[in-house]
Amino acid sequence: MIQLVNIYKTFGKVKALQGVNLHVRPGSIHGIIGENGAGKSTLMKILTGFIARTSGSILLDEQDVDLKTPESARKLGIGMLYQEPLDFPKLSVLDNFMAAAADTNPQRQAEIINHLSNKFGFTLDLSARQGKLTVGERQQVELMRLIRDQCRILILDEPTTGISGEQQKLLFSTLGRLRDEGKAIILVSHKLAEIHSLCDRVTILRHGKPAGEQEKPFDEEKLLQAMFATLPTKSSRPPGRTTGKPILTMEEVSTTVGRVGLDRINTTIYEGEIIGLAGLDGSGQSIFLQMAYGLLSPEQGRINLPVADNEDVMRVFLPADRLRKGLIAGLTVREHQLLAGAAPFFIHTGSGRLRTEQAIATFSIVGTPDTTTEDLSGGNQQRLLLSLIPPGARLILLEHPTRGLDLQSGQWTWQYLRSHLPDNGAIIFASPELEDIMEQADRVLVFYNGAIILDRPTDKTGYREVSRAITGRV
Amino acid sequence: MKSNSIYFRAGSATLQSIPILVLAAASVSLFLFALDFSPFAIIRAMAAGSLTSWLKFSQLLSIWVPLLLCSCGLLFTFKAGLWNIGIEGQVVMGAIAATTILRLNPTSLPPVFTIIVAMLAACVGGSLWGLLVGILKNRGGVNEIFGGLGLNFVAQGIILYLIFGPWKRAGIASMSGTDIFARDLWLPMPVGWRVAPAALVTAVCAFALTWLLLSHTRFGLRVKAVGLNPEVSRLFHINPDRYGLFAIMVGGALAGLAGGLQVTGVYHRLIPAISSGYGYLGLLVVMLANYKSLPVPLITLFFAWLAAGSIQLPIMLQIDSSLSGVIQGACVLSALLVHGLRKQRKG
Amino acid sequence: MDISPGIFLAGIVASAAPLVLAALGETLTEKAGVINLSLDGAILLSAMTGFVVAARTGSPAVGFISAAGTGMLVALILVVVSIYLGQSQVAVGFALTFLCRDLAYFLGAPFARTAGPQLSIVPVPILSDLPVIGPLFFQHSLIVYTSFAAIPLLWFFMYRTPQGLILRCVGENPEGCWARGIRPRKIQTMYTLLGGALIGLSGAAFSLAIKPGWGRPQGCEGMGWIALALVIFGGWHPLRVAFGAYLFGFLQMGGILLQDVFPAIPAPIFQVAPFPLMIFTLVLVHLGRNNTGRKRLLLRLLSGDPPDALGKNYRQA
Repeated sequence: MIQLVNIYKTFGKVKALQGVNLHVRPGSIHGIIGENGAGKSTLMKILTGFIARTSGSILLDEQDVDLKTPESARKLGIGMLYQEPLDFPKLSVLDNFMAAAADTNPQRQAEIINHLSNKFGFTLDLSARQGKLTVGERQQVELMRLIRDQCRILILDEPTTGISGEQQKLLFSTLGRLRDEGKAIILVSHKLAEIHSLCDRVTILRHGKPAGEQEKPFDEEKLLQAMFATLPTKSSRPPGRTTGKPILTMEEVSTTVGRVGLDRINTTIYEGEIIGLAGLDGSGQSIFLQMAYGLLSPEQGRINLPVADNEDVMRVFLPADRLRKGLIAGLTVREHQLLAGAAPFFIHTGSGRLRTEQAIATFSIVGTPDTTTEDLSGGNQQRLLLSLIPPGARLILLEHPTRGLDLQSGQWTWQYLRSHLPDNGAIIFASPELEDIMEQADRVLVFYNGAIILDRPTDKTGYREVSRAITGRV
Repeated sequence: MKSNSIYFRAGSATLQSIPILVLAAASVSLFLFALDFSPFAIIRAMAAGSLTSWLKFSQLLSIWVPLLLCSCGLLFTFKAGLWNIGIEGQVVMGAIAATTILRLNPTSLPPVFTIIVAMLAACVGGSLWGLLVGILKNRGGVNEIFGGLGLNFVAQGIILYLIFGPWKRAGIASMSGTDIFARDLWLPMPVGWRVAPAALVTAVCAFALTWLLLSHTRFGLRVKAVGLNPEVSRLFHINPDRYGLFAIMVGGALAGLAGGLQVTGVYHRLIPAISSGYGYLGLLVVMLANYKSLPVPLITLFFAWLAAGSIQLPIMLQIDSSLSGVIQGACVLSALLVHGLRKQRKG
Repeated sequence: MDISPGIFLAGIVASAAPLVLAALGETLTEKAGVINLSLDGAILLSAMTGFVVAARTGSPAVGFISAAGTGMLVALILVVVSIYLGQSQVAVGFALTFLCRDLAYFLGAPFARTAGPQLSIVPVPILSDLPVIGPLFFQHSLIVYTSFAAIPLLWFFMYRTPQGLILRCVGENPEGCWARGIRPRKIQTMYTLLGGALIGLSGAAFSLAIKPGWGRPQGCEGMGWIALALVIFGGWHPLRVAFGAYLFGFLQMGGILLQDVFPAIPAPIFQVAPFPLMIFTLVLVHLGRNNTGRKRLLLRLLSGDPPDALGKNYRQA
């Protein structure tokens, strides 16, 4: 029914998609799997006209189609359930259902939504505010809207993230019925369980390239291999460090912030440890790090820093979105150094220059003391952030520490972190790269739906177990 | 690298402002031509009204002083990412605070001392009025634009009450203000001057201090950080709420000082329109300066020239003096347009 | 002065008419996610345009049309520089406020204190003879009737029509609209212009009906700020926004009455007092949002949340 041929997409210098092909037949559920940054979301956004492809063609019923705007995708009967619901939380369920519909008679629309709800077994209060609904219910509203609009091709992006088991069952049975009615369904997921129980066919993406395709029944081992590429059996990990006293403890820590929140986290981090947080993006790692830093407070449970004498100096956090969450765009390298260090009250053009020049040399930052951070490349931004870590920092929290860095810079980053971590300090880092975690961490915590489902020293586990845990299999 | 030297930056900033000036000048000229006025005659009249003698130029400077002070105050709040619309109220409260001290006029003290205390009171008055806006924002979640606007109206109410109530002129209460202060409480003014030298010195010092604080201190750097990204500034152990308050209090103090100087240096009494709208005009100045300190003295001088020069327009050319406001507004809008087009071209 | 309650109330209703129009115009604009901060200047400029055009043509109707056009023109500048060129809506709004104000005084100077037409009272037959209700609602000029009609019309449009639904959606989540095949910036442009037209009408309502004439000051200075505050006070809901406008009218008329009761208090205070009072109410409403308990419930009835995308320029992919 729909065919994507040789799709390329570049954002500036970044090649997001390179020659992806996809053929989805009516009356089937087609899975798209891949790890973070494999290009799944980009591909789907192209299919819905949200972004334009750089090259390649899209054929619908063997006809070349020009998908440039969501408007055109809608007319062609392509609809998508976004991972973050793109709805209107303050408006009622019925209003959400009616928004931009061809027919907006409230009675008729209420009838349609009630009819569809009955058919699929949803129970929704039409006058409730959309924002008061659970993520699963918001999804149901959106799904019914797409069905009403006669979508022939339905795309679902990680639809089970953050929804209850009950809602998941309902969603699966609904998708089964829609398939039987002849719709083409594309399911973007990283959860092998749902791929197994739902999909007829699956395409694996890796680093923006097609990495294999399978028909049902799937060979799980091969799927994992294609997703995570070669699974080295041995890691070249430096020897573990001697551990000391607890430096951070979490007891029953829960929150509802973010899509999945955190679900009763219990863990203790010891001095000398390097902890890797694995899991698909948005499974709770980022919230965990923000909690550990103190940017968020738990709704339930307790966080302790047993050895803290000065909490301010002790912890440091390097977020993934370096330019917006870690650095201050508009300020220069030198100004960052001044903010991070003990700046004198009066600052002149020479203040902090020595420190800055040293940092530029030590960290090989390509830039001058007066370069503003938005003009630095991603790698240089990371090196600047590293250079801002105060010498006394004992709990270093990093989100995607090597994202956007070439191999050498990545290795250098780790070398630096390891050699500068005091014996009584610890590092906790989240990374989408499994290699990173297996090579650098002493212990791995795997997050899945806001909970830690695997907590192992890295020398007692392997790629297989961790990658299975990421996909929800323990 | 040489490209980051202060001269280079000043040079490139000047170059960048050329399209803005051309656009503003062209649009205003076209507008005037369409109305059958000659822009050249107008410039000549405005120059004649403000630049031909020291007396006239000192008149211009008497506008420059409060405008520069208000703009300096606004530099602090803009750097902290705040829209300090409440500045008008801060000017008024500064004026009221100064008047309170001046009316007490303790004869046991030397007048110079009284004036200095009055100016300090003006700073405190403006600063506290600014603090109120900040507290409403931090604690009550009231947007500083509306909090400030509300407090402007309140300040206007207070000043009217005082002028028509407790501080009314012996016998009659009127819009012309309170009784005139004793002469020794006026800022001294040489013959042939329209601006008190002390006020001039104060304004220049205030600007120097503003520039120093904002560009060359840890405080200024932190304020800037908070304004650019409050969330990230927390990672640098800066409390954005607190620095926002600091900024608005310093800004309020400078605005209050402007009010105080108007009272003791210009009107020698408290009048209802004591702020003369310089606070709002300051907003336009700092916007035109693209929120940077160094162009501010020049822009304020230009705006003061427009304001002073336009007073002559009705007499000489039968043109309404509000033309100065039109030109000022056109400049700021041109700046926004040019910046917007540049942004668009960058993508 | 002896004022009967009927005349007093009729005075409120009439004097609030321009405020109702301006505040509703701003509500429409902000519902689409755009802040038009230029109100105070735009009202003055359109008041001047309306007066001058009406005086020249002798037709108040033409005056009103040109005033509406002026309001739209100001809104258009805002749209171009902020929504399409990405400049801060607040900054552009401010610059426009002051530019429009001085432009009004400048262009209007030759017409200051000149005679001009004024909307006449058009009593509604039969209804105007009713006791109390007659003078209250049915003995006014056409623009006052327009302000009456605008309130339910706007409410109906926003909450009972498909276009109104799209308007609210754009203000809440432009990206969600884009995903549904709606062009958010087009919608925002449309309603900012339409809101501008209402703001323009409000200006002419001042200069041709409520405070007839042109001069410096005209008498409508400061009203734009109040209208902006009313939109917040009314929680972006047209009925509550209009209620706020009448409350302000009440405070103003009350001030005039009280002036006679308390001759000791100087008159200008009564003229200024409604402004801080109004803003205080607004602040109270705001503070109520962060409080808890019963007080909160009461205040919640009075307040609403701003559209989520308010003031943020949407960058279309």
